[in-house]
Amino acid sequence: MKTFTLSKLMASAAICAVALTSAAHADPHPDAELIIDGELKLNVRAEAPAHLDGALPELYSGWLFRTDETRALQMDDFENPAILAVEAGAELWETAQGATDQSCADCHGDAAESMKGVRASMPKVNENGDLWSMEDYVMNCQTTRMEAEPYGWNSSDMRNLTSFISMQSRGMPVDVAIDGAAAPFWEKGKEMYYTRFGQLELSCANCHEDSWGMMIRADHLSQGQINGFPTYRLKNAGMVSIHNRFRGCIRDTRAESFAIGSQEFRELELYVASRGNGLAVEGVAVRQ
Amino acid sequence: MSEVKPRIRLPRSVKAGQAAEVKTLVSHVMETGLRKDSSGNIIPRMIINRFTCEYGGEMVVDMALEGAISANPYVEFDIMVGDATDVVFTWYEDGGAVYTQTEQLTIG
Amino acid sequence: MITRRETMALGLGVATITLLPLRASAAAGDAIAAYTGGAAVTEGGVMITAPEIAENGNTVPITVEAPGAAEIAIYADGNPTPGVAVFKFGPAAGSNRASTRIRLGGTQDVVAVAKMPDGSFMQAAVEVKVTIGGCGG
Repeated sequence: MKTFTLSKLMASAAICAVALTSAAHADPHPDAELIIDGELKLNVRAEAPAHLDGALPELYSGWLFRTDETRALQMDDFENPAILAVEAGAELWETAQGATDQSCADCHGDAAESMKGVRASMPKVNENGDLWSMEDYVMNCQTTRMEAEPYGWNSSDMRNLTSFISMQSRGMPVDVAIDGAAAPFWEKGKEMYYTRFGQLELSCANCHEDSWGMMIRADHLSQGQINGFPTYRLKNAGMVSIHNRFRGCIRDTRAESFAIGSQEFRELELYVASRGNGLAVEGVAVRQ
Repeated sequence: MSEVKPRIRLPRSVKAGQAAEVKTLVSHVMETGLRKDSSGNIIPRMIINRFTCEYGGEMVVDMALEGAISANPYVEFDIMVGDATDVVFTWYEDGGAVYTQTEQLTIG
Repeated sequence: MITRRETMALGLGVATITLLPLRASAAAGDAIAAYTGGAAVTEGGVMITAPEIAENGNTVPITVEAPGAAEIAIYADGNPTPGVAVFKFGPAAGSNRASTRIRLGGTQDVVAVAKMPDGSFMQAAVEVKVTIGGCGG
């Protein structure tokens, strides 16, 4: 009798789960378009890249998973609080540093020209064969060219400068290389994406591939795309870097997380970025 | 003390006798005085406690703000447009610092 | 009575009329009494626009409007200190409306009290549900 009830319950739970999955794996806001100041349209949907092999039916920016109020904040460059970071970064771009007394602008000139497309291609393999995130490139410039003290990976100066640099690629499709020299790093990142971490034994994929569109408590699970980073999180009332978000996610599985700026996170960043190849770089996004 | 940088948006062009929507945003932590640092000490309150806007020498809004206003305080309101062009914005911070910025309305 | 809640900016949601019986906390009640000097407060006449559900309590957009009001004071019923702001409208104001972003420590009522030029007071309240993120934050 008890067994019968239990199996019946399980069967109906399974039916519910299937129903939920098909309803959940859909465009969360089919009519929403991300148009900045009524002028610049950013593609928040894209065809899934071939390497995903059907794991996602279509790519959806995290923007689509947020409430009307949060989405509206990103549609207006005045109301978007992340623009404060972009403006602070623009000042840093012009600020001379270190023994050479040189600014970013002294070598790279107008960022609108020289930094266009940089965010869209990060992280990427440098000339020495190392996989570098944007932060690595900034720190390298500071130490080797400017002879300056480099910004910390997660410092406010670094977040402001990377926000400014990311804005120069706003609207361009994410397009990270995953072949050639990048391939072995990408494979490692992919392995990490599907590895379960922590006491909760959760992989990135458990939430962001298997369960996107569903609610995890009061939160609407996204596909975990990173095309919007650096992101102004309402929770932090400030800018959050990609690695900071990774650290938080893994910590929340009740695991000992990897460090911001670790090789593991560079590889994960490459793989996660590649899952968004085709979505627009949002410059600086706003999330909950 | 804190870094206060005002951003102000006025309509591109306004007509006398009409209401003009004004948006303001300043970078500020709005530290409530209720939080503790990692060593357990209270972080002292440091907020923008008042914001005013004057137009043509007359008050538009005078706002008293508390710690429940979000970081990077955002305020939006309307000005009744007359003949004057100067709009004066003032932010008052705990500790006595005052930040003022003047913008011009384009009346067309 | 024109207490109103509407989804903002995108026009995706349906505007609904919400009437809430006022059940201000003791602290909020004291703060409001201090503001009004203990005068009677009429329900209605104040419009509050706020999200029904806020994704994060750190930054909740809110608009208050009270036609003809000299001032509007905002209180967050469930915050450690209920006072949020007092907006005074001067002779050069183009409306009796203002918007800002506020911090809410949890699901609670937001109360707006309008002071009219004749010294009378009116008020309205809306409940804002503040969600807790999926991973505890």
